Amino acid sequence: MIENLKYVVLVLAIMLALVLIAAGLIWLERRMLALWQDRYGPNRVGPFGVLQVTADMIKIFFKEDWIPRFADKKVFVVAPSIVMITILLSFAIVPFSPSIGVVNLNIGILFFLAMSSLGAYSVVLAGWASNNKYSLLGAMRGSAQMISYEVFMGLSLMGVVIMTGSFNMRDIVLAQSRVWFVIPQFVGFVIFFIAGIAEAHRLPFDIPEAESELVAGYHSEYSGMKFGMFFVGEYLGITLISALITTLFFGGWLGFHFLPPIVWFLVKMFGFILVFILLRASLPRLRYDQLMSLGWKVLLPLSLLNILVTGAIVLYLNNR
Amino acid sequence: MFSNLRSIWIVFLHMFHKRETVLYPEEKPYLPPRWRGRIVLTRDPEGEERCVGCYLCAAVCPVDCISLQATEDEHGRRYPEMFRINFSRCIFCGLCEDACPTDAIQLIPDFEMGEYHRQNLVYEKEDLLIDGQGKVQGYNFYKVAGIDVGVKAKGQGANEDKPVDIKKLMP
Repeated sequence: MIENLKYVVLVLAIMLALVLIAAGLIWLERRMLALWQDRYGPNRVGPFGVLQVTADMIKIFFKEDWIPRFADKKVFVVAPSIVMITILLSFAIVPFSPSIGVVNLNIGILFFLAMSSLGAYSVVLAGWASNNKYSLLGAMRGSAQMISYEVFMGLSLMGVVIMTGSFNMRDIVLAQSRVWFVIPQFVGFVIFFIAGIAEAHRLPFDIPEAESELVAGYHSEYSGMKFGMFFVGEYLGITLISALITTLFFGGWLGFHFLPPIVWFLVKMFGFILVFILLRASLPRLRYDQLMSLGWKVLLPLSLLNILVTGAIVLYLNNR
Repeated sequence: MFSNLRSIWIVFLHMFHKRETVLYPEEKPYLPPRWRGRIVLTRDPEGEERCVGCYLCAAVCPVDCISLQATEDEHGRRYPEMFRINFSRCIFCGLCEDACPTDAIQLIPDFEMGEYHRQNLVYEKEDLLIDGQGKVQGYNFYKVAGIDVGVKAKGQGANEDKPVDIKKLMP
């Protein structure tokens, strides 16, 4: 009984921490973008402007939660919650430290891939239910992008799986105790990183919500907290991809002994979140056909080649 | 590909650049003396109003934000009995300052006029009139004008000849 209660508290704490991190990222991103653009960003509310997020949240809760008359009401309401649910579920497999983590699934990576595929429904349904041509265009772009990048996102991870011999995230972390997988699996890392950006639809792959072409893409018609869910979901997505890169390629919680494992994990994760923000600060958005041809013509063959070479080397080393 | 990485690196280096933002309320920007900001009505060196109520400023104002009503005192000196500027319309173009024949209306380096109610942006004469001479020091229109309105006797002004005695033949 006490064991179960402890577990429930742990899961709730992880969820709360993740949502708080995602909300804090809104502030972090604005500050870091400002830093890279020689500005200050929000620095008025609270120390260094941290409470800006609180102010924004209060504002967004009090906004009119408007559903357009032409929208498909039920789907319109459900869509924003899907993105939050799938991404929060994906976090279940992430081992934050040897003792912190929700489940120890033996199919961890597959569970993540399944959940991120379900996340595409959020974009599609939001755009479809909005009954707005820009939303629909954004949703179509989003679904095409997410489905095609899903393919080699999974394939790029197979190199890691081959080297570990397991889909279990904890096994993968422990297999990196000698050398992080980013060195033997550098190609896989690059491909996963690019696919991760596309999966979280962040710049330079944010064409589903390209604000200069499609108003706001699939969430054009959303307001109030429904829009807030998409917004927080996007930052949760960044956190998820960063956490996965940390786990799969950069040794997860592994680090030197003077800091506890969870700190190492968070340091690496925030490093990748900062890279995400830096990419937004520096790169322009791709055109849609460029995105597609990059995905299918370059990254897919590259990831297949990566699996082939990794498998060959692993077989050779095992049979020698 | 290389140029993408290079631009990422260049943006990253901006971390160590100086920030351009002026943190306004703590750090006031430098406003040059000819800054076109809040409009004031100035006084001449004797402390009298410079405005003669000629309506030129109201006529030239492209957004019609100035309205006034001229009147005369017992010496026949014109002054505005009402002078009103609606700063919610004013575009701070400075044409009224250019048009003013007596340098009475002037734009000064001050822009901190924010209000919560639009009506508070309508400035009446007592809000506009200041005690000083503004940007034009030592200038008194009636000292150089030919008309006698109690400031000086006829022919007593600066650079002014004695009035011609029309009853005499000699120049």
